[in-house]
Amino acid sequence: MSQTQESVREDGIIASVSGPVVTARDLDARMNDVVYVGDEGLMGEVIEIEGDITTIQVYEETSGVGPGEPVENTGDPLTVDLGPGLLDTIYDGVQRPLDVLETKMGSPYLDRGVDAPGIELEKEWEFDPTVEVGDVVEPGDVVGVVEETVTIDLKVMVPPDFEGGEVDSVESGSFTVTEPVVTLDNGEEITMRQEWPVREARPSATKKTPRKPLVSGQRILDGLFPIAKGGTAAIPGPFGSGKTVTQHSLAKFADADIIVYVGCGERGNEMTEVIDDFPELEDPSTGNPLMARTSLIANTSNMPVAARESCVYTGITIAEFYRDMGYDVALMADSTSRWAEAMREISSRLEEMPGEEGYPAYLSARLSEFYERAGAFENINGTEGSISAIGAVSPPGGDFSEPVTQNTLRIVKTFWALDADLAERRHFPAINWNESYSLYKEQLDPWFQENVDDDWPVERQWAVDVLDEEGELQEIVQLVGKDALPEDQQLTLEVASYLKEAYLQQNAFNPNDMYCPPEKTFAMLTTIHHFNDEAFKALEAGVPVEEIISIDAAPRLNRIAVQDDWKEFIAELEADIQEQLRELY
Amino acid sequence: MKEYQTISEISGPLVFAEVDEPIGYDEIVEIETPEGETKRGQVLESSEGVVAIQVFEGTTGIDKNASVRFLGETMKMPVTEDLLGRVLDGSGQPIDGGPDIVPDERHDIVGAAINPYSREYPEEFIQTGVSAVDGMNTLVRGQKLPIFSGSGLPHNDLALQVARQATVPEEADDEDGGSEFAVIFGAMGITAEEANEFMDDFERTGALERSVVFMNLADDPAVERTVTPRMALTTAEYLAFEKDYHVLVILTDMTNYCEALREIGAAREEVPGRRGYPGYMYTDLAQLYERAGRIKGREGSVTQIPILTMPGDDDTHPIPDLTGYITEGQIMMDRDLNSQGVQPPVNVLPSLSRLMDDGIGEGLTREDHADVSDQMYAAYAEGEDLRDLVNIVGREALSDLDNKYLDFADRFEDEFVDQGYDTNRTIEETLEIGWDLLSMLPKDELNRVDEELIEAHYREEETEEVAAD
Ligand SMILES: Nc1ncnc2c1ncn2[C@@H]1O[C@H](COP(=O)(O)OP(=O)(O)OP(=O)(O)O)[C@@H](O)[C@H]1O
Ligand SMILES: [Mg+2]
Repeated sequence: MSQTQESVREDGIIASVSGPVVTARDLDARMNDVVYVGDEGLMGEVIEIEGDITTIQVYEETSGVGPGEPVENTGDPLTVDLGPGLLDTIYDGVQRPLDVLETKMGSPYLDRGVDAPGIELEKEWEFDPTVEVGDVVEPGDVVGVVEETVTIDLKVMVPPDFEGGEVDSVESGSFTVTEPVVTLDNGEEITMRQEWPVREARPSATKKTPRKPLVSGQRILDGLFPIAKGGTAAIPGPFGSGKTVTQHSLAKFADADIIVYVGCGERGNEMTEVIDDFPELEDPSTGNPLMARTSLIANTSNMPVAARESCVYTGITIAEFYRDMGYDVALMADSTSRWAEAMREISSRLEEMPGEEGYPAYLSARLSEFYERAGAFENINGTEGSISAIGAVSPPGGDFSEPVTQNTLRIVKTFWALDADLAERRHFPAINWNESYSLYKEQLDPWFQENVDDDWPVERQWAVDVLDEEGELQEIVQLVGKDALPEDQQLTLEVASYLKEAYLQQNAFNPNDMYCPPEKTFAMLTTIHHFNDEAFKALEAGVPVEEIISIDAAPRLNRIAVQDDWKEFIAELEADIQEQLRELY
Repeated sequence: MKEYQTISEISGPLVFAEVDEPIGYDEIVEIETPEGETKRGQVLESSEGVVAIQVFEGTTGIDKNASVRFLGETMKMPVTEDLLGRVLDGSGQPIDGGPDIVPDERHDIVGAAINPYSREYPEEFIQTGVSAVDGMNTLVRGQKLPIFSGSGLPHNDLALQVARQATVPEEADDEDGGSEFAVIFGAMGITAEEANEFMDDFERTGALERSVVFMNLADDPAVERTVTPRMALTTAEYLAFEKDYHVLVILTDMTNYCEALREIGAAREEVPGRRGYPGYMYTDLAQLYERAGRIKGREGSVTQIPILTMPGDDDTHPIPDLTGYITEGQIMMDRDLNSQGVQPPVNVLPSLSRLMDDGIGEGLTREDHADVSDQMYAAYAEGEDLRDLVNIVGREALSDLDNKYLDFADRFEDEFVDQGYDTNRTIEETLEIGWDLLSMLPKDELNRVDEELIEAHYREEETEEVAAD
C-alpha cells in the first residue's frame, strides 16, 4: 500500500463498530478514500457516504475498537505501488509484503496496525536509460530498463497520468525507487515507481482479438479446451475437485512471461506450498526459478474479509503494469467465489438490498469489470501485451446454477467444468469433457497448425467424436452390460477408455507427466488414433474384439505420459501395435 | 469499571444496553441478574450510546434491571502447561474439582491469522493405524482433516481410535515418547452419554493426563458453543507453538457449533445465507480450521480432526460443504457400510486427504504408497460402478474381468477397510493388504502402478481365497 499522503482532509471519529464495518462521523472523505481507523490506525476504505455518516470497510481485525476513537483520512484512494520488486514477492490483499510484516511484527501471527510499502523504498536498482536528453516522451513510453529478476527486465515507463514532454535530464546507475531517474521539461519527474488506484483499469490503446494460445502444458486444456493469451476462463467445481491443483499447474507451466497468483480467501498451506515450491521449480520457457516471473497475493480465508475483497484488484493492477511493458501476463484467482462472498458480507453489514442468494445486486457488474481488464491489448506506448484471467469458482454444494458461477459464465469464454464424480474416481484433472468448452478453439487453430501440426484440429475433432459416442454407448451399457453391444461399439468403448485414461488424465505430481508440451499432447492423441485405425482394420478382417483389445501392446498406451523418452516409446509402441494386430489376420 | 442498569431490549441470546462511554467491539461483558447470577457475554456491535451483547449462557433470568459491566478487554483464555489433564466447561472454567488454574499467560481467544509466509508446509506422516486413513487418505502433522458423519454413525469410535493410535513412526523410539500427541478435546453440544464415552476412553487408556478437555454439553447454553472451539484452539496453539507439543485437536460436533451461529444470526435479524445459516459462516469456520498447521522455527504442530454430522447425510448441506472448502480433505463415514458391519465404515471414494501427496512415498512411508492408493481407488470405483449393473443384468452377464473388479470391491471393504477399532496396523501392513487385493487383478489392469513396483510386489500365485483375518 502506498505511503504518500498528500491532501489530508478533515478527520472524523468512530460512531459504530460491527466486525469489519465501521461508521464515522464528521469525516470529510470521498468514496474509496483510504482511512486509518482508531487509536491503532487500522487501514480501511470508504465504501458509503450518507449525510454525516461515512461507512468504512476495515482491512484488519477490529476487536476492541470502539466509538469515539479517531478516523484519519489520507485523501487518497486505495492504490498499489508498481515498480521493481513486485516479482518474487508475496503480498496480502492490500499489497503489504508478508515477509516484511513478519519482520516488523516479530511474530508468525498477523498483528494489526502495521503498514509496509508495497515495494521497498530504500533498495537500489540498476537503472539503464533508453532515452536521451532532448527525446520527446509520452505517457506510457519506456524511458529505461531495470533487471528486476533473472527472467524479467522491468521497463520504467512514463506514468499514464503524466503529460509527457521533452527529456530534460537522464540518470544512469543505482537508484532507489523514489529518486527521479528522468526529468521532463515540464518539471515532471519519473521514478522507477508508480502508484495506481486499484479499482481503476490502467489505460490501453485498443483491445484486440487474441490469436495465440496460452499454452498450459495440460493435455485436456491445450488439446480440447484451449485458452488464448488475453483470454478469460473459469474453473468451477465442488470442493476437492482440483481447482487449486489446476491453477497451480497453470502458474507453473503456462507460457506467460509473468504470473500473478491471487490466493483469495483460500488455505494458508496452499500459499505456503507455492512459496516453497516455486523458487525450486524451473520455468519451462527459461529454465530460471519460477518465482522470478511470479507475484503472489495471499489473503487467506482467515485473514480480514475486506482485504479479501480488494485482493483481486491488487492482483489485476499489478498484471496491467506488466502488460503495459509488453509482457504476456497470466492471472489466476483462487477463488473468485470467496471474493464474491466478501462483497456479500460487506453488503449485508451495510444492510443493502440483497439480490440473488444474498449477493449484492452489483455482483455481476463487478465480475464483468474484473474480467474486462483481461484481454490482448495494444498498449498506449504501442507495444502489445496481454492479460489472461483464470478464475476458480467454488459453487455451494457444487451446484453450477448459483449466482457466481452463472454470472461468471456469461462473461468468460473458456469453461473448465470440474466434476465430483471424476474426482471421486481419481480421474484427474477432473475436467468434464462434455460440459466444458472453449470459444477460442477456432481462432487458435492456425497457431497450433503452424507450430505443432497441420492436423491439430482434425485430430481434436476425432477425439471429441469418440468421446461423444462413448457417452451415448455408456447409457446403453448401464442397462444391458458391455457384452450385449455389437463388436464395433465395444471397440469404440475400448478406444475411448484409452482416451480417458491415457490422454485426458494427467498427474500433476508425476515429474514426467505434470508438464506436457503441445507436441507430446498431439503425439499421444495420434498414437491412440493409430491404435483405433489398426484395431478397426483387424475387426473388419474378422478378428474378434476380445482378441484385438487384449494385445500386449495396448495397455502401454497408458504409460506414454510418464516416460522419460516419450518419442522413442511412441515409435516402438506404434510399431508393436501394428505388428501385433496384423498378426491376428 | 462502570455498571449500567440500562438494558433496553432482550431478544434471544442478545441484550441491548444503553451506555454513555465508548465500548470496544468484541469486548467481554458481565451481566448480573437480579437473582445474583453472573452471565458472560461479548459485544457484537458497538455504537455511540448503545451496544448489542451476545450472552453466552443464554438470556434466561435477565431482565431490564440486570446490571451490565464492561470488562474493557476481549475474551482471553488463561493458558499453562498445567492445563494438561484438566477438564473444563465450554467457557474454560474447571469442572473436575481440581485446583484453580494459575495461568502462565492469557491469550486472546480470537487467534490472529498465521502469516502464510511464516507457515511451514505440513508433510510428516502420522500413522493412525487405520488402513482407510493411512493407506488411502493419509493424515500429516499440522493438517485439518474432518470426519464427515451422520447421526448414529460411529464417528466417535474412529476419532478415539485415531487419538489412541496416532504416532509418527520415525520418532516412535524417542526416549521421551516424543511422538505422542497431546489431545485437546472440544465438545460442543454433545450428549452426556457421548461425553462419557470419550472420558471413559481417555481415563482407561491414560490419555487424560496428556489431554485438555472442554465440555459444552447438549443442555449447556448454545451460545457458549461459539467460544468453546476458540478456547480449545487457543490452548492448542499455546502448547504447540510455545511449548513444543504436537497437538491433536478433536472438535465435536461442528454441526452444533454452526447451529449456534445460525441462532445468533437470526436473533440479530441478519439477512440469512443458504438454508438460514449466516452469510459469513465460511469466514467464521475458516477462522477455526485455519488454526491448524506448522510454523517455521517452532517445534510443535496443531493437527485438527473436527467431527460433524451431516444433516440428512447430505454432503452438500452448508455445514459439510463450507467445511470441505476449508479443510484439507475429509474422511467420509457411510451409512451402508455401517449397516454391513464395516468398522470403521469409511467410504474412501468421497474421502480425500489433500496433503497426502507430499507426506508419502520413499523415505516417508514407502515408495509404492502413492501408486497403490491410486490404483485401489480406481479399482474400487470400478467395482462400485459394476455393482449397480449387476443388480440389473446379474453377474453371469459380466465378463471375467468385471467379476474380478466386483470381488475386489468386496474384499476391499472386508479386508482393507473393516479392521475393527482395536486393530492398529503399521503402514507396511496396510500396503501389504493392498497388494494382496491388487493381485486379484491382471497385471495389465494396474496401469497406475509403476512397472518396477508391480514386479517387486505383485503376488504371482495369488490363490482365489486368502484366509480372511
Ligand atoms: N491433476 C491432478 N493430478 C493429481 N491429483 C490431483 C489433480 N488434480 C487434483 N488432484 C487431487 O485432488 C485434490 C484436491 O484438489 P484441489 O485442492 O485442487 O481441489 P479444489 O477444487 O481446489 O478444492 P477446494 O475448493 O476445496 O479448494 C488434490 O489434493 C489432489 O490430491
Ligand atoms: Mg482449492
